[in-house]
Amino acid sequence: MTARAQRRQPISTGSEWTFELIQNYDREIGRLAERYALDTYPNQIEVITAEQMMDAYASVGMPLGYHHWSYGKQFLSTEKSYTRGQMGLAYEIVINSDPCIAYLMEENTMCMQALVIAHACYGHNSFFKGNYLFRTWTDASSIIDYLVFAKQYIAQCEERHGIDAVEDLIDSCHALMNYGVDRYKRPYPISAEEERRRQKDREEHLQRQINDLWRTIPKSAEKGSDRDDARFPAEPQENILYFIEKNAPLLEPWQREVVRIVRKIAQYFYPQRQTQVMNEGWATFWHYTLMNDLYDEGLITEGFMMEFLQSHTSVVFQPGFDSPYYSGINPYALGFAMYTDIRRICEHPTEEDRRWFPDIAGSDWLATLKFAMSSFKDESFILQYLSPKVMRDLKLFSILDDDQRDDLLVPAIHDEAGYRVIREQLAAQYNLGNREPNVQIWSVDRRGDRSLTLRHQQHNRKPLGDSTEEVLKHLHRLWGFDIHLETVQGDKVMKTHHMPPRGDHAEGADYGRMDLAVVHHL
Amino acid sequence: MSYVIDRRLNGKNKSTVNRQRFLRRYRDHIKKAVEEAVSRRSIMDMEHGEQISIPGRDIDEPVLHHGRGGKQTIVHPGNKEFTAGEHIARPQGGGGGGGRGKAGNSGDGMDDFVFQITQEEFLEFMFEDLELPNLVKRHITGADTFKNVRAGVASEGNPSRINIVRTLRSAHARRIALTGSSRALLREAQKELERLRVEEPDNFTDIQEVEQEIVRLKARINRLPFLDTFDLKYNLLIKQPNPSSKAVMFCLMDVSGSMTQATKDIAKRFFILLYLFLKRNYDRIEVVFIRHHTSAREVDEEEFFYSRETGGTIVSSALKLMQEIMAERYPASDWNIYAAQASDGDNWNDDSPICRDILTKQIMPHVQYYTYVEITPREHQALWYEYERIGDAFPDTFAQQQLVSAGDIYPVFRELFQRRLAT
Repeated sequence: MTARAQRRQPISTGSEWTFELIQNYDREIGRLAERYALDTYPNQIEVITAEQMMDAYASVGMPLGYHHWSYGKQFLSTEKSYTRGQMGLAYEIVINSDPCIAYLMEENTMCMQALVIAHACYGHNSFFKGNYLFRTWTDASSIIDYLVFAKQYIAQCEERHGIDAVEDLIDSCHALMNYGVDRYKRPYPISAEEERRRQKDREEHLQRQINDLWRTIPKSAEKGSDRDDARFPAEPQENILYFIEKNAPLLEPWQREVVRIVRKIAQYFYPQRQTQVMNEGWATFWHYTLMNDLYDEGLITEGFMMEFLQSHTSVVFQPGFDSPYYSGINPYALGFAMYTDIRRICEHPTEEDRRWFPDIAGSDWLATLKFAMSSFKDESFILQYLSPKVMRDLKLFSILDDDQRDDLLVPAIHDEAGYRVIREQLAAQYNLGNREPNVQIWSVDRRGDRSLTLRHQQHNRKPLGDSTEEVLKHLHRLWGFDIHLETVQGDKVMKTHHMPPRGDHAEGADYGRMDLAVVHHL
Repeated sequence: MSYVIDRRLNGKNKSTVNRQRFLRRYRDHIKKAVEEAVSRRSIMDMEHGEQISIPGRDIDEPVLHHGRGGKQTIVHPGNKEFTAGEHIARPQGGGGGGGRGKAGNSGDGMDDFVFQITQEEFLEFMFEDLELPNLVKRHITGADTFKNVRAGVASEGNPSRINIVRTLRSAHARRIALTGSSRALLREAQKELERLRVEEPDNFTDIQEVEQEIVRLKARINRLPFLDTFDLKYNLLIKQPNPSSKAVMFCLMDVSGSMTQATKDIAKRFFILLYLFLKRNYDRIEVVFIRHHTSAREVDEEEFFYSRETGGTIVSSALKLMQEIMAERYPASDWNIYAAQASDGDNWNDDSPICRDILTKQIMPHVQYYTYVEITPREHQALWYEYERIGDAFPDTFAQQQLVSAGDIYPVFRELFQRRLAT
């Protein structure tokens, strides 16, 4: 009885936070989360200032990163818009590591801190631990170690080879960063210590292999001729940076290692890019559920709840396509709507739900929700769970923009005939393979001019963007020899890019090749 | 299990290095922007940083992405009146929504990238081609207008400042104080030993006992360190702000037709430098702008630098005006007077001796420092040679220098600073 009466006391009434209060809230939220059996890494909650938050922003969510001007650029623009009040800082940043690090900003009110704890420390955290992509592709326990290794290694390179040489190299790698991930092959994570130990062996070993590959002593013509005709690589390669790291003829061992570092970090972020809707939706769903539970137990006041609801609604606000604030579909809004709807389908299924989701209608909502969280990425999640009700609520419709026609077509809207179409199209929109041009390494002219040929498989006649030439310059810098990029439809070559441009070799020359750049800086 | 950690105190400015990398990479852009800002700003307006803007396309990081065109299907929220199969007109431009979301976004990249640099960075870039040595730069930009003054001794400090006499004295005092009782016992024991040796020479056990006691006491006294950390005394230095008061700076410039805008810009740099220098040394500074062709006039800064007039040149008119203003408003007893004159060396020939006369008799005795810069690549004329004679007469307070580019400004300053820093 007395215990119950105490329970009814709100944890706090003012808007000021203290460390003690944060701990109290965290304990209560943690207790509630346990009720739902949310499986999380241990939490490390760090309170930081706004300046530190800007630092964290600038390093694109890595708690520590190597030095590069692009992060400085990021920082400057964040700083500018923040100091001018054009932009509020995110209330939190959470890092996929074990323990899971969440940053709380000093300026937040107690209500916001509680919201952030529920959102980041229990929502995102359990997503990181549960989702299959994160489980497969990232190793939360070793990422911090690896970043330390990367930072030190690149700092060493800068000392040895000069800041400019390293910066140029990283620029080139960043240009191809999205093409530095394995989409299907599973890497196995290793710790930083092991990484350091292996790195030395790797340098020597790799260089030996490269030398074999590019051996210039001519083999006897007849013996080798049939083997030399074989295309190299035998299969098209989607991981361009990996191919560069292993096969670029002119890179120094340290340069290969830097390529590897950028590639590894791209791989670490790859799951995040594929699970935006799911991840944010999941965290939002849980902060909403947990905060409501706190309120139901009388642990937070009504004023507190009002403040929370105001932040929550602005987070999940979805402006319409014709609103001046519209900038695409808000992943928080879509994700939150979908998880909430899955729960509804389980708890209060309608006739329509039973038709569309016979498997989950009326089932245990928590188990269903957890299964959805753990086994999908955005694309498949939408394909599997986007319900007619959510489409109706958001009033989704699609627009077909074909440059060969004068006007736009609306192929489908949120009605019985259009639900499946909309669902497929929205899912495709979240398929990274559709969003990025499909460019793969096709072949290398090993016995001739050592040129590298890439192929762009064109989808729906979508052309390459205007920075393609620049990217090819970067690729040329890494490869060291001519680059050709063929845009193909089926087997027909539609368009080709060349670097250096055909018939104009002078222009390519000013873009120093890596080997020349190195000589220059020695 | 959760841990809450307060990180507010450590590691601010984690992005400093990256920021510096960025500035380093785009230093040409920034320098250009700074140069423009310098010519736009008032010379007294050097207290804040500057907004720099770099064209978006110079700063983009290229990635492979889809361009406009082809067939694209995009799902949008918030349908109001569209029905399936409807054809709608293509909206013009990238303006909000209507199936052009993607194209609109990529258009944003072309905006200028705008950011802020601090005052220090601003000055750093501004001084860059002035070839200032670090000492001078620090002096101008830093706030260290302090003088180190001895202020007795303290028990903490830098090893190089140990006061040996005081240290040993306090060590001695400590040793006396801490061994007092032991030495009293020692004395007693020695007396006892002597007594025993004389009175009971056969009592070996007692003698041995006392001897051991003496050894023990001596060891105890010796165990006390000769020098202990809290004996150390250091000469204390405290920072005392440099005495400062008020100063007036006269800027004199020839605005006759022969002075081009480029020449004036060099002159402006020179005036800014002098102003900043004075600012660090004096609490309050007033600036008087006097421009002249055949006659002189006191003007505001805008007019001083940017309006053009034609006609001949009579330098003495400006000097006369300066002298009048000095006498009227800035008595040398209250004010530190600095003057900087910029010209391209043209003067009406008969006027140059008059200039020398006014300067020698009426101005030089009152001013702290007078600098004359002649901004011209040509041969010197009469004015320069007359001024050379003034320099001979007042070697400590008069400096003249020929400037061809901004990099030549520094030598004038070197003399000025050496003199100031020495005192």
